[in-house]
Formats: sequence, C-alpha cells, structure tokens
Amino acid sequence: MHKYANPTQFMRIANAIYPWVAGLCLLLFAAAIPVALMFSPPDYQQGETVRIMYIHVSSAWLMMMIYGIIAANSAMFLIWRHPMASIAARASAPMGAVFCALALITGMLWGQPMWGTFWVWDARLTSTLILFFLYIGYIALADAFEDSERGDKAAAVLALVGSVNVPIIHFSVEWWNTLHQPSILKAGKEGVGSSVHGSILLPLFLMMGAFTMFYFALLVLRLRSELLAAKIRNARLSQIAGHSAAQPAE
Amino acid sequence: MSVFTALLSRDLKLALRQSADSLTVIAFFAIATVLFPFGVGPEAEILSRIAAGVVWVAALLAALLSLDRVFTVDFEDGTLDQLLLNGQSMTFVVLAKVIAHWLTTGVPLIIMSPILAITLQLPAEGYGTLVLALLLGTPTVSLVGALGAALVLGARRGGVLLSLLVLPLYIPVLIFGTAAVEAALTGMPSAPMLSILGGFALIAITLCPFGTAAALRQAAE
Repeated sequence: MHKYANPTQFMRIANAIYPWVAGLCLLLFAAAIPVALMFSPPDYQQGETVRIMYIHVSSAWLMMMIYGIIAANSAMFLIWRHPMASIAARASAPMGAVFCALALITGMLWGQPMWGTFWVWDARLTSTLILFFLYIGYIALADAFEDSERGDKAAAVLALVGSVNVPIIHFSVEWWNTLHQPSILKAGKEGVGSSVHGSILLPLFLMMGAFTMFYFALLVLRLRSELLAAKIRNARLSQIAGHSAAQPAE
Repeated sequence: MSVFTALLSRDLKLALRQSADSLTVIAFFAIATVLFPFGVGPEAEILSRIAAGVVWVAALLAALLSLDRVFTVDFEDGTLDQLLLNGQSMTFVVLAKVIAHWLTTGVPLIIMSPILAITLQLPAEGYGTLVLALLLGTPTVSLVGALGAALVLGARRGGVLLSLLVLPLYIPVLIFGTAAVEAALTGMPSAPMLSILGGFALIAITLCPFGTAAALRQAAE
C-alpha cells in the first residue's frame, strides 16, 4: 500500500484503470437509461413514477458509498499519513454532496405524488439531511485554513466523527417504522435477496453499476487534475524562489 | 490527574472572574426564547405546544455561542502548546476543559430553562422532565461542541464554520430531548427518551475526548 503513496505510482495504476471504468460507465448507462426510463414496466401501484426510484436509489447508494470511502481514506490518512488518501477523500467530497442532494431531490419529487408531501420528518430523511450537512461541513472545513495540510487533518477527523451517521441512515428504516419503506435489497447468508420483481431489479442494478463507474471515472479525473494543480503550484513557487531548474515535486 | 484538577479549577476561576462571558450566554438564551412569543403570537395553547422545543433550540444556540472560548484563548496565548509539550494525556486535558465548559454554560442554562419555560406556558407536568432531559443532554452538547471548537481552531470564518459542523450533530439530542418532554406532557413514560439521551452522553464521553485531543494536536502543529 505504501508503494502507492507516490503520486506517480498511484496515477500509473489509476490511469491504466481509467479507460475501462469510463468505458464500462458509458456501456452501463447506454443499457440502463433506455431500460429504466422506457422499457421497464410501470409499477402496478406507483405507475410511471417508479422510474424516479432508479435514480433515487442509485444516488442514495453512491452518497453512502462515497461517505464510506471518505471515512476509510481519512482513517488511512490519519494513521499512516498516506498522502493520496487525503487527496482522494477531498476529491470525493463534492461528488458525495451532489449525489446526496440528488437523492434528496428525487426523493422529494417522488414523495409528492406518492406520499402527498415533499417532505416528512422521518428518520431516513432526517439522517440523510444530516449527511448532506456533514458533506457541506467537510468541504467547508477542508478549505478553511491557510495551511491546506491542517484542513486535510481537521476534515479527516470530522469525516470519522460523522461516520456514526452512516449506519443510522442504513438501519433507520428498520429501527423506526415510518413513511419511508424498508430496504428492497437485502444481502444475507442466502445471497442477495429482494422483495422486488426482476423486471424492476435488472434496470436498478444496471443504473447502480453505471452510477458507481461514473464516480470512479470522475474520481480518477479529479485526482489527475488535483496532482497537476499541485505540480503547477510547485513549479511556480520554485520559479518565484529563483531556482534555475524548476523541479516540480513528484 | 493533578493537571486535570488544576486545569479544571483554573478554568472555573477564570470563568468566575470574567463572569460576563457566562452571563452573556444566559442573556442570549433568554432573549432568543423571548423572541418566540412575539414571533408566533402570545396565545397560550400555541406557546405551551412549542415551549419544550423552543427552550431546547435556544439552549443549543446559546451553547454554540459559548464554544469558541473553550480553546481559542489557550490556543492564542500559547497555553495549549505548553500543555502539549508537558507530555500530559491530552484526553484528560480535554475532559477538564469540557467539564469546565459544562459547569459554566450547561448548568446555568439548565437553571434558567424552567424560568423561561414559564414564560412560554409550559404545562406543569413538563418541568421535571425538561430539566432532566437538559441535564442528560447538555454534557453531549459540551463534548461534541468541544470537538467542533478544536477542529476550527485557526480557521477563517471559524464561528460560522463551527455552527455548520456542530449543529447537525446536535439534531439527535434535540429530537430526543423534546420527545422526552412531549412524552411527559401526554402522560407517556419519558424514561425511554431520557435513557437514549443518557446513551448519547455515554457514547460522546467515550469517543469525543479522543477526537478532540487529536484535533488539538493538529492545531498546535
């Protein structure tokens, strides 16, 4: 793992993976969008609004997964001072915030026709809103210091503290029986089981896969531009310092 | 341990000699609460309905205002560096500061709350539970708040940032704090809600001092 603390080493792997991730993302979207939005059958109760669910569940899945990735990277950064971990965590946060907002917005759009209201103060919705605030707080805290290293560390501590919220979001629908329905996907000892018919499950899985690949592709791009920006900064600094041969830190 | 008691008594002495700091927080608590009757109207039934929630929200905001003085002064005049260099367990240092903060902010807020609840026409059955809920909830508020205060040390716009970090984490305390009073008013047992508040306090006291100590170490680097 420490081998990949070197950005060049890390990016060699990341750049090699990138075409595959991006290609798979395009492929999955090409399959998921028509199947989910046109060809899959409407639900017998919800009608066409069930299609919102494909976006909603995929966004919610990503907002949870990205927070998990941020928390894991923050732990790696604090324990081993792994420099790529903090860059990856910082690069992931805005994406997590956007997917969290998407999950909230699509949930509201679905809630209006189905529940008759845009918003209820139910445990799942409230804990998701807290997650959104945590994302915003994380981004604001990481940018709040003159010394960016201090921002990285403070934000990493916050990410770890906030991770208590993730299991709460996940189990909220089982602990409190309110308006939001329980999970439709359950991974148990017998493998992945579900209370949903295959015709709806297939587009859902396609969409979730497409969203996940989209995140990884975007993450590589963001890491790449982040490292390039650091190189430019270093080159400028050494230029100002008057070094004849600018040696950007690799 | 001697550092723990020395730090605690020093902080209490400082708070006593600069008692204006604590009084300002109490005054804010009173004014913020008193705004509500003007905002929603003086009808007793509306006020008694929202009394517990208003007292809780105002108490949280008042506590938030007091948080920046937990570490800022020590951070600026170098006391924090001395404590770190001293080789003392930072967890105990944090615990002493948090207890001092709770004694100088949490306890006055708890004492004030029934008086403010009277102005909001809280029914008689609610007072005991309100005080008990605040007694169990405010330690969590101080512990989580200290963590937030340590994280934003030296940050630009630290005060606004602090509220952004800490207020979302207060939501669970607020939910169960008001639910306890609500239960007492409707004749339901409030013990489950109070137990959950106590549980939050126990979780916070086991986890927050470590996080706060880590944040302080980074701030002083």
